[in-house]
Amino acid sequence: MTTAIHPTKTESALEAERCLRMYRRMLMIRLFEENVNDLYTRALMPGLAHLYIGEEAIAVGVCEALTQDDYITSTHRGHGHCVAKGAALDRMFAELLGKEAGYCKGKGGSMHIADPDTGNLGANAIVGGSAGIATGAAFAAKRLGNGRVCVCFFGEGALGQGVLYEVMNMAALWKLPVIYLCENNMYNEYTHYSETTAGDILTRAAGFGLPGEAIDGQDVRAVYAAAKKFIDRARAGEGPAFLLANTYRFFGHHVGDVSRDYYRAKQEEQTWKSQRDPIQLFSTYLVAQNLADQARFDEIYAEVKAEVDRAVQFAVAAPYPSADKVDQDVYA
Amino acid sequence: MPETITATREITLGEAVREALAEEMRRDSRVFVMGEDVAQAGTAFKVLSGMVDEFGSDRVLDTPISEAGFTGIAVGAAMTGMRPVVDIMFGDFVGLTMDQMVNQAAKVHYMSGGKWKVPMVMRATLGATRRSAAQHSQSLHAWFCHIPGLKVVLPSTPYDAKGLLKSAIRDENPVVFYEDKMMFRFKGPVPAEEYTIPLGVADIKREGSDITIVATSSMVHVALSAAKLLEEEDISAEVIDPRTLWPLDEKTLIDSAKKTSRVIVMDEGYGRYGAAAEIAAVIAEGAFFDLEAPVKRLCAMHVPIPFSPPLEDATVPTEKTVFEAARALLGGK
Repeated sequence: MTTAIHPTKTESALEAERCLRMYRRMLMIRLFEENVNDLYTRALMPGLAHLYIGEEAIAVGVCEALTQDDYITSTHRGHGHCVAKGAALDRMFAELLGKEAGYCKGKGGSMHIADPDTGNLGANAIVGGSAGIATGAAFAAKRLGNGRVCVCFFGEGALGQGVLYEVMNMAALWKLPVIYLCENNMYNEYTHYSETTAGDILTRAAGFGLPGEAIDGQDVRAVYAAAKKFIDRARAGEGPAFLLANTYRFFGHHVGDVSRDYYRAKQEEQTWKSQRDPIQLFSTYLVAQNLADQARFDEIYAEVKAEVDRAVQFAVAAPYPSADKVDQDVYA
Repeated sequence: MPETITATREITLGEAVREALAEEMRRDSRVFVMGEDVAQAGTAFKVLSGMVDEFGSDRVLDTPISEAGFTGIAVGAAMTGMRPVVDIMFGDFVGLTMDQMVNQAAKVHYMSGGKWKVPMVMRATLGATRRSAAQHSQSLHAWFCHIPGLKVVLPSTPYDAKGLLKSAIRDENPVVFYEDKMMFRFKGPVPAEEYTIPLGVADIKREGSDITIVATSSMVHVALSAAKLLEEEDISAEVIDPRTLWPLDEKTLIDSAKKTSRVIVMDEGYGRYGAAAEIAAVIAEGAFFDLEAPVKRLCAMHVPIPFSPPLEDATVPTEKTVFEAARALLGGK
């Protein structure tokens, strides 16, 4: 994989590169999360694990439109955002296992991975909890004139939090470079969003004057195109936007949520998995466009799997922090 | 020894706060103020009057009435290169900001393994007897003292307010800075020259040998008045102001308790599970074998602050209650 963009390359060559980069990144998230599931069920991972499987196209399509210096805020279901923004898998796994080598020295865990080097302001375990932080980062970017944009990822559950509307109002008033990116996987934990969400979602943002659109969250190219448009617009000083990415959580709210019949039908899950898998849909597109073939997919899979396996081995072997570190980092 | 202040001028506590903010904003372009009616109005208490004329409405920024939202924005802005000072007007409104302060600001540094910092200040007010009733009169600083990752400052004089606020703004952590809303016109000596006061250093406001009165914010002045009454009875009271509740200068408190062997702790917050309870516990743990009597707390009565003046006045410790408590601790000396 190369990320260098040669100025003489044609648009179509760049597009091909981008497509394969996005494919690889989506696959990386998928394999990362499958390993999380495995580590969790083997009791090697403490705490909670909220898998992003099924939603990979959103993080990857959005982050493809960001620079490394741009900011993101993430959620409890945040591994995909971290990977898409460029985090190292070994340090992510180490954090998930509570190891000293993890991104947060084991103090944050799955729901709090943060990485200044990739502009990741942190995953947040309070639903809607990062809306203020994301808007504040956009505020600072505008004041400091550094050209950065912030994407605030949140699930449709956060639509129930008042603070989201407070900060959207201020972002619109002050024309801040922030994109509110709602991942609607249809379930607020164990409750269908139709039971919690009145009216029309995009109309809520439009009420503050935020432009936006609904996008197919399973189509990475559609996500990228919409994200690019509104991120470029924000970077140009034209203010915030709201994107609604419709998607589906292939697994439970967390790994332990295995009996899901009481809140959603197996048939619904099957339909999404068999017909709306973002990686499957994209690979079909790539083949149809002659951008890749099965041999290329096999090659990418082998490379990504090797990288993920190495990262897991690193994390499993890594030492825990010594107990005397417990009161470090409380104050700066 | 009480801190010696050599100043030829006196200014009010409100002016001291304004001077500290203005000096820090001149010194560091990343510092800005945000809150409700902070610009042309200069806040409801007029503490910031005129600042917008010097710094402009970008740096003295009026917000919507959205305490949670603009506090959250301050957290994110602090993480990414700014040094926000948010204005919460009435301290009762901190309830609206609690997730931003407790789950975000306080924890970002720790949760990120020390990578992100939140250098912000929240200014809020405390204090009763303004006839503002139950939602505009509380002293809720103990809430923040309970949370690791936050620092909490309660100045009692214009001198302390200026020096401590400058340190709070330069601090790399979230600091909650409490001003008593009844003290904005309280005057005291403040040097014209630059100075700061470190967080975590108590000040002995009056030296004494028979009893220690630890007091915060405006209670310091109640304690000093009581000390004068006690002096007439030949009782020598030492008055100590911790100035910051976290970090807490435990040594100065314990040393004084050991010296006098009797202690009253005064705080305008609620007594139950409050700041005074914590200070009393620190002293009990650190000076138990030198104490001649249990540590006595004098705090806000455990009721919602009432509106009617005689009712409201009954909720707050006075120099008379301190005087009587001290005499009781001294066995009627």
